[in-house]
Formats: sequence, C-alpha cells, structure tokens
Amino acid sequence: MASPADLPFLKRHPSVLIFIGVLALFTLVVTLMSEAYGPGLISTSFVKTLGKTLCLCLVALAMDLVWGYTGILSLGHFAFFGLGGYMIGMWLMYARTESIVVASLANAELPATPEEIRNAIAVQIFGVVGGSEFPAIWHFASSFWAQLALVVLVPGLLALVFGWLAFRSRVTGVYLSILTQAMTLALALYLFQNDSGLRGNNGLSGLQNLPGADDIPQSLTSIWFFWASAAALGLAYLLCFWIVSGKFGSVLRGIRDDEARVRFLGYPVEGFKLFVFTLTAVLAGLAGALYYPQAGIINPAEIAPIASVYLAVWVAIGGRGRLYGAVIGAAFVSLVSSWFTSGRVPAVDLGVYTINWVDWWQVILGLSFVAVTILAPKGIGGLFDWFEGLRTPDRKGAPLGPDDGALQEKEAVE
Amino acid sequence: MSSLLEVSGVSVTFDGFRAINNLSFTIGPQEMRAIIGPNGAGKTTFMDIVTGKTRPDTGKVVWGEKSISLLRLSESQIAQAGIGRKFQRPTVFEDQLVRENLMMAVRRPRSPLPVLFFKPSAADHARVEELAVEIGLAEYLNRKSGELSHGQKQWLEIGMLLAQEPKLLLVDEPAAGMTLAEREHTTTLLREAARTRAVVVVEHDMEFVRRLDCRVTVLHEGSVLAEGSLDFVTKNPQVIEVYLGR
Repeated sequence: MASPADLPFLKRHPSVLIFIGVLALFTLVVTLMSEAYGPGLISTSFVKTLGKTLCLCLVALAMDLVWGYTGILSLGHFAFFGLGGYMIGMWLMYARTESIVVASLANAELPATPEEIRNAIAVQIFGVVGGSEFPAIWHFASSFWAQLALVVLVPGLLALVFGWLAFRSRVTGVYLSILTQAMTLALALYLFQNDSGLRGNNGLSGLQNLPGADDIPQSLTSIWFFWASAAALGLAYLLCFWIVSGKFGSVLRGIRDDEARVRFLGYPVEGFKLFVFTLTAVLAGLAGALYYPQAGIINPAEIAPIASVYLAVWVAIGGRGRLYGAVIGAAFVSLVSSWFTSGRVPAVDLGVYTINWVDWWQVILGLSFVAVTILAPKGIGGLFDWFEGLRTPDRKGAPLGPDDGALQEKEAVE
Repeated sequence: MSSLLEVSGVSVTFDGFRAINNLSFTIGPQEMRAIIGPNGAGKTTFMDIVTGKTRPDTGKVVWGEKSISLLRLSESQIAQAGIGRKFQRPTVFEDQLVRENLMMAVRRPRSPLPVLFFKPSAADHARVEELAVEIGLAEYLNRKSGELSHGQKQWLEIGMLLAQEPKLLLVDEPAAGMTLAEREHTTTLLREAARTRAVVVVEHDMEFVRRLDCRVTVLHEGSVLAEGSLDFVTKNPQVIEVYLGR
C-alpha cells in the first residue's frame, strides 16, 4: 500500500478540490445571474453584498489560522482589515478627486500648475475636517502601486511589532486577547480624531467609484470586485491549507494544545506565533482592501473592538480548527445578519411587546454563540464529521486499542 | 572522562523557599543516572533549571564539550543543543496522529521557514517507522495519539525524545501509573537509550530504580545527600533518616 504521504497534494486532500469547485461554481452562477452578464436575477447591490461576504470569509480564514490552529485568540484582526481598506481607500479617493479637480480646472484661463491641482484636491478631501493640506501619510496616495504595497506593509508591520512585543514577553491566553482589543480600540479612537489625517469620523467615501472608469456601470465593476474577492478567497484557502497540512501545521496545532511541550521539542514558539500573526494580518489587510471599494465607505467605526469580536463569533459558529468551517461560519452569519438588520424581516407583534428583529438579532446571535460553545464546540463544520460518522464501522463496543485503557468506542463516537 | 553536564553551586528560591540549595552535580556522556529523594527535594526544579524553564539565582550550568552556559539559552535553544525532557504526565499531542507526533520530533531544522517548506524524505519516513517499531507502536502510526492507553502515550513520548536525538535525556517518573509489563518495556527502552547517550531518571519508586541498575543520586532539601550504587546509598544512615523520618 502506498503511504498517504506519497500522493500528490490535491489527491491527499480532496476537501480542497471540493472547496475550490464549490467556490468556482458559486462565482459562475452569480455571474450568469447578475445584471452585467445575465438576466439580472441578482441585483447589483446584492452582488456587492456577496462580494463583501467573500472578503469576510477571507478574514475569517485568517482568524481560523491564528485562533483555530495556533490558539491565539486575537480580538484585533479587524484593525488589520480596516487598515487595508484605508490604504486602498486613500488612493481611490485621491485619484477620483484628482480627475474631478482636473476636469473643473480645464476651463480656467491659465492652465493649472501641478501644485494648484494638488492643493485643490487637498481642499476637496480635507474640507470636511477643516484642513486644506495633505498630511504626510498621504505622500504616496497618488500612486496605486505604492498604496497597494501599503495594504500589505501597514497591517504586516503593525502585526510584526505588536506580536514581537507581546509574544516575546510570553503574553498568552486571555491577556493577549485583551491586549489585541486594546490595540484595535486605540487605533479606532485615534482615527476618530479629525487631525489623524484620515478625515476623522467621516472616513473615506466614494470608494465604489473607480478612478478613470466613470463610463463603466456599477453593475460591471461590482462583478469585477466579486471575481477578485472570489479569486483572493480561493488562493488564500490554498495557501492556508498548504500551511496547515504539513509539519508547520503540526507545530501550530502543537502550540495550541501544549505550548511548553513544543518548546521542549526545540521549536522557537515565539517565531512561529509571530509568523502566523503577521501573515494573517496581511491576509486581513488584503481582505479589507477588497471589501471597502465594494462597501463604498470606510470610517473608524468599522474597526471598533466589537467587529473583531464578531469575527471570533463567526469562526466559532462555523467551527474553528478547520478552514472550511471558518468560511461557512462567516458567510452564514454575516448573510443572516444582513438579512435580519435590513428591516425586511417582519416584526412579530405579541400584543404586549413587538419583537423588532433589527434589535433582537443581536440577542439571537449572542445566544447562538453561547449555545455553540457549550453544545457543539465543533460548530457548523462538525456536521461534516457527523456525516462521516454515519459511515464508521460498528465495533460492537469492543475497545479500539489493545486494552481497557485505550479509547472505547462510545468515547470515540461522541 | 569529560563531563556532559556540569551543575555547580546552583541555588533557586521561590518566595523565600529554597527549592535548590547550592546544588552541584555532574553527569558524563553515556551514563544512566537515577535521582531519588523525598517530595520537595528539588528533583523537578532541577530539571526545570537544566531545561531553561526556571532561572537559578546563583550558580553555573555548563553543557557539552564547548562548555556552553545553558543559563543564557531559551528552552527551545537548549532542546536544540541536545537536551530532551520527558514530563511526569504523558504529554503528547493527542489531536494528532502518532506519525505526526514522531515526525515533529525527528531531528530536522526547527525554525519557522525551514519547517514551512519541509517535505519529509524517504529517510524521515523510515526513521519514524523504525522508532515506532522500537517503542512498540508500529501498528498505531495512523491513529490519533489521544486514542492510546496511558502506557502507550508514555512510550510515544519516549519515542519522540529518541527522535530528537538528544545527548542527554531527562526523564521524570516514567513508570508512574504503569502496569508491571509496561514497566519492563519502559526499563528496556531507557537502558537501550543509555547506551548511546546520558539518561537521567527522576523516580520515586525504589523497585523501578533497582531495575535500572545504575548510579543513584539522592537529593534532599535542594542539595545532594548521597551518591553511589543503590545498595550503597540505601545503607547510608542519613538517607534512611530522610526517607523514614527522624
């Protein structure tokens, strides 16, 4: 019999093929039903919702890698998500405002100097916060490639520095979670200030308008972003699966289950944690950079601590420690959540009290989080084990191991 | 004979309690040594110091031919330098296969990037299978280690230690909770290991120590009380007093 390790990567892990297949099929179906390429059964705004959902799945994937596999309960990954959005938003806003300013100055008697144009853009962008000059952090905003690099570099560097300080001091468990919450809170509070250089609580807006694409309808750009989000999710899934399926994944799960033991095996635990923390921050940043052009607006409220807590809830409900679980959890909970909060669900009139789902949805979400944690720690992903379990042989209660000390059948089935 | 590990003048205090008091201790390469002593004698603290878990207040811990001080290294660096440790409770990664547990322990580069791009060679697979035979778990390679019995987990952990190819093996109460047959297998494994490396066994159980048939160091209140063969130290009046009460 060939050892399982000799088979090619995809044959050893058929679940990857299934995932990529389902994602591709989903993308195709949505495309063929969209307004741009089909009869328009799916509205442009719903294509955007689906595209955004794929981005949320991507950040949930990152969360699963850092929490479900490595055991670091980071409650700050939405800060990296938001930073990615801000970085790409700066370019979108700059380039779009530039084209408007150039068009309005075209009729002037004297052609405008580059400096005049830049000043006019600054007034346009920062007028709402009473500014008229570009802060230093907007230095590269005119360059798409520079801002794209910052999408990776800014979350990556923040995670690297934060992680280095935290892991080096051996901060673990709930203390680390609190530190990450503090980080995202501090960042949100800073961005709320008008002189933060990112327009305070106004945030960056008009991000759905691609510069130089004024003639292209939103129905088309929305499907482009949908494709990009699907491709990013697929590639990230492959990357994450490759990481967790080899020895690296073994070490990560080892760190989650018994950090000290991994250290005594000779693995530098801090280095592994830092690697995963930084990599997942970069993935979160990329997800944010794809999300906010579809949302159209980003403001500091997006990176409030609660957002990162939601992220953990999605992964827990979907099933942590398995990548598809995180994706299912994020997609399921965020879609149901947007349905409940859209106001389309009819309120239930009980006579003495009216259940308004926009408010009560939070309660349902909270209760289902508690229920999943207590009753089904494997989450939705555990259903797949249950289906698998239907096919396991019946051992008629015989011990699975050589003697009574081994795992018994009834323990194994549970 | 040069020494492999030299502990000299080491003291450590926890909240005013002297767990280790001016301890000096040497072990040569390829030596089997048992450390016995009543509860609180500092046996486990001694292991914590050698493996880098606890930093002593004073003293020196010098390792190997190059006489490196272990006090400046981290736990993982000490493990890479060639000191393996087995804990009292079996600590294997229960959620992972026996094969994965062993593969993780096989001596290969330990830094994140080499581990990320690591692809087990035929030699690595052969090594894992050879170890599995040695510890009697060849049939269990593709089973989750959480499914093993207590004794099998202990052997898996010893197998993982052997896979690390350490020059010094620190073993904390390996026979605790084992049946008689399991103890015999464990004794064989340890004596086999001691042919090519130094093995230090901390043990409570005199019968097990007798079976190991090696030099014995008796610890008491954080320092060495007596050293020699088991028969020699058990005749020592001080040792009798410590063990039987004053």
